[in-house]
Amino acid sequence: MTDLEFQPKIIGFLCNWCSYRAADLAGSTRTRYAPNVRYVRVMCSGRVDPAFVMKALSLGADGVLVAGCHPGECHYLEQNYKTMRRMTMLQHTLRQLGVEEGRVRLVWASAAEGHRLAKAIDEMVDRIRSLGPLRWPAGWQERPEVLAAIERVASEHASAAQEVAT
Amino acid sequence: MSRRVGVYVCHCGSNIAGTIDCEAVARAVGERVADVAVSRDYKFMCSSLGQSMIQEDIEKEKLDRVVVAACSPHLHEKTFRRACSNAGLNPYLMQMVNVREHISWVTKDQVEATRKATAMVTGAVERVKRQEALEPQYVPVNPATLVVGGGIAGLQTAIEIAEFGHPVYVVEREPSIGGHMAQFDKTFPTLDCSACILTPRMSEAGQHDCIHLLTWSELESVSGSVGNFKVRVRKKARYVNSEICTGCGVCEEKCPIKVVDDVFEAGLGIRKAIYMPFPQAVPKMPVIDTAHCIWFVRGKCRACEIFCPTKAIAFDQKDEIVELEVGNIVLATGYDLFDCRRLPQYGYGRLDNVFTSLEFERMCNAAGPTGGRIVLRDRETEPRSVAVIHCVGSRDKRTNEYCSATCCMAALKFGHLVRERIGAEVYSFYIDIRTFSKDYDEFYQRVMDEGVHFVRGRVAEVTDVPRSPAEEGKLVVQCEDTLLGVQRRIPVDMVILMGALEPRADARDLALEAGISCSMNGWFTERHPKLDPVATMTDGVFLAGACQGPKDIPSSVAQGAAAAARILGMITRGRVEIEPVVATIDEERCSGCRICNALCPFHAIEFDEARHVSHVQASLCKGCGTCVAACPAQVIRGAHFMNEQIFAEIEGLLADAWSDVSEPVAAFAAGGVDD
Ligand SMILES: Cc1cc2nc3c(=O)[nH]c(=O)nc-3n(C[C@H](O)[C@H](O)[C@H](O)COP(=O)(O)OP(=O)(O)OC[C@H]3O[C@@H](n4cnc5c(N)ncnc54)[C@H](O)[C@@H]3O)c2cc1C
Ligand code: SF4
Ligand code: SF4
Ligand code: FES
Repeated sequence: MTDLEFQPKIIGFLCNWCSYRAADLAGSTRTRYAPNVRYVRVMCSGRVDPAFVMKALSLGADGVLVAGCHPGECHYLEQNYKTMRRMTMLQHTLRQLGVEEGRVRLVWASAAEGHRLAKAIDEMVDRIRSLGPLRWPAGWQERPEVLAAIERVASEHASAAQEVAT
Repeated sequence: MSRRVGVYVCHCGSNIAGTIDCEAVARAVGERVADVAVSRDYKFMCSSLGQSMIQEDIEKEKLDRVVVAACSPHLHEKTFRRACSNAGLNPYLMQMVNVREHISWVTKDQVEATRKATAMVTGAVERVKRQEALEPQYVPVNPATLVVGGGIAGLQTAIEIAEFGHPVYVVEREPSIGGHMAQFDKTFPTLDCSACILTPRMSEAGQHDCIHLLTWSELESVSGSVGNFKVRVRKKARYVNSEICTGCGVCEEKCPIKVVDDVFEAGLGIRKAIYMPFPQAVPKMPVIDTAHCIWFVRGKCRACEIFCPTKAIAFDQKDEIVELEVGNIVLATGYDLFDCRRLPQYGYGRLDNVFTSLEFERMCNAAGPTGGRIVLRDRETEPRSVAVIHCVGSRDKRTNEYCSATCCMAALKFGHLVRERIGAEVYSFYIDIRTFSKDYDEFYQRVMDEGVHFVRGRVAEVTDVPRSPAEEGKLVVQCEDTLLGVQRRIPVDMVILMGALEPRADARDLALEAGISCSMNGWFTERHPKLDPVATMTDGVFLAGACQGPKDIPSSVAQGAAAAARILGMITRGRVEIEPVVATIDEERCSGCRICNALCPFHAIEFDEARHVSHVQASLCKGCGTCVAACPAQVIRGAHFMNEQIFAEIEGLLADAWSDVSEPVAAFAAGGVDD
């Protein structure tokens, strides 16, 4: 049956302090959930460069999950607010590239919320399964409109950060 | 760049191998991923045999990178790093893959589990090939310690550390240290007098040269990290000059305002507007409760000032902020008692003769509001029958699902005290009796022998509406007796509710300030539930006592002592290893745009005006990586989480999606694993 059903491939970035431990807790409490998310541990969701997300999608991921501590609970005080902003801008760019809503998700899960993370993953897998494979167009590096959109993420991000700075 | 990577897939008995075909993962990775020199699976990688397997391979096979696919790095990263460094390999050239918590324990389908494991191990191999050798960093440990909460657990920690001559600051928000234990009369199971064992500890803490008590104080903020925390403590104004107050108590006597004491007397007794919570308070010095003092409310009175023989009253005192530098922090803030009004069917607050457990503790205490007499709310009538209801707010989906661990024993203690002192009939309504510790079940037997009646069943309600003449003027406890299989109505004169132990109302705020997390129920989370119940995920922050979960006095003391031992070890060593995960800016290539400057909440990035470049101060950087992700010139390097490492990891994770090797697990998915 696994051969027939579309199994989305999803890359999941987990911050070390909350969401990675949420996934650990889901394990110790034997909470079953979809096996489609392959994890990358980062110290904080703030480390997730929008380029990581693009890279994953371009390499064949059908979706990307970014998980961090709840707003106000980041181990590094406030970095997940920066993640939130970045992700909003990235979503904007992705829409322009024709990547459907729901393929890239930001989720908060505290170290006590193994269930919440598992549930978010199950929902995300269902959603992506209904969307089908992403099949990020081959040769995107050669397409000017894609490159321009990616360029925009960086510059929008830079100007937003500048705003914070001033 | 050619590497020699060793890959080790742990079975963890059947924990991993029961779901993931470990041999197939090791084989697939060994055959298909470039630069893998050896790839093995083994029953228990963390065993000494498993570790020496890695070490031998490092030496014989000349491995320069290692991947261990096993449990969470939060559990065994240190173990495998040490194994590598013992064999001469830099510990940061080892990468763990969490195939247990993140795969085998959460996945049903064995083929999918094996596929995910193969992908994640491939990702780790690609990453580890690009990992850089890092030198562990050390910071000095400030020998001073902060203990938050002066209950029995916190005092144990403080005294044990102070005994070795190191300074300890105890921050206690009430006017006196002592915590809940100071409220009790007798303690189970030995029935020794609580004050007799607690007050000597309190005065020891009060008089110790190395212990600095900050009572009537609260933690404002914590910054810094292990070895070197900076904390700000608010010393609330007492309105009493501590230098000259002798604790004679004349002020209390003369104060005309009486206030119901909801804290120490649990609402059963009264105190004055200027008060010491109890006679043996440490420090022996009152505080003025400004919400009730008529000088503060209406600008009149000052009786205390007039009568104080040493002129110690200081109405103009202000809150004071004290800044402390400490190497370690212990949280020992205990618990709050469940608010029994939340279960109106038990009548607390509505029916006079329903009491909470803490009220009953105060009632039994010879120094308490009734002078130790067990009486009804009228303060005169002795009850002829008493119902003790267990699990009020515990083991109940509507309130708290956990067991509060101490209430059964406290209920038995109350049964004993009632039988011994007034000989009234006692009915103990329980779901299960939990007497798990040393000498606890013996105590249960003894209380049964003393004639306490045990009724098994959760009480449905307590009512004063009679259904028969025998119930007139009584409280009726209605319950299904699950042993007899009948509904029972038992009329009694007094009801005691064994309320649950709950996390402190402000526990989450404190956790946030200290950088640790809370469980779903709100208790502070320990580093590991079995192997490390004392430390937390944040280095330098430890837990002691009931703030970590409901527990009795012996366990609170044991945990307090354990926290002290851990901290003494760190002080003795004098330095502590910290992760060398910090950001560095390639100043040659920095454009000076300053985008990163404002992103760092620790102010670790400074701008060099002269050279027009940014610079990270390594000692302040905590390694979150946010600036790394933001630099438009891509010139900030996040040690151990470099862009090229993460890109490579993503490539590896998706190897089955983009490479020719479309299906790394296909070879055995067809036959090897039974579904
Ligand atoms: C009715 C009842 C009877 C019991 N009888 C027994 C018994 O007979 N034998 C037994 O072994 N156990 C008994 N227990 C359990 C016992 O109360 C606990 O094991 C013990 O009190 C735990 O000690 P602690 O120091 O962890 O917490 P606590 O006693 O709660 O002390 C915590 C201290 O921290 C302070 N604090 C809290 N928050 C802050 C903050 N933010 N800042 C500064 N200070 C703060 C509090 O004011 C308090 O002084 C009983 C419990 C109950 C409810
Ligand atoms: S963001 Fe990058 S280029 Fe800009 S100041 Fe910081 S390090 Fe330099
Ligand atoms: S990595 Fe985080 S803590 Fe370090 S300098 Fe950058 S933003 Fe600050
Ligand atoms: S550490 Fe979890 S989001 Fe920052």
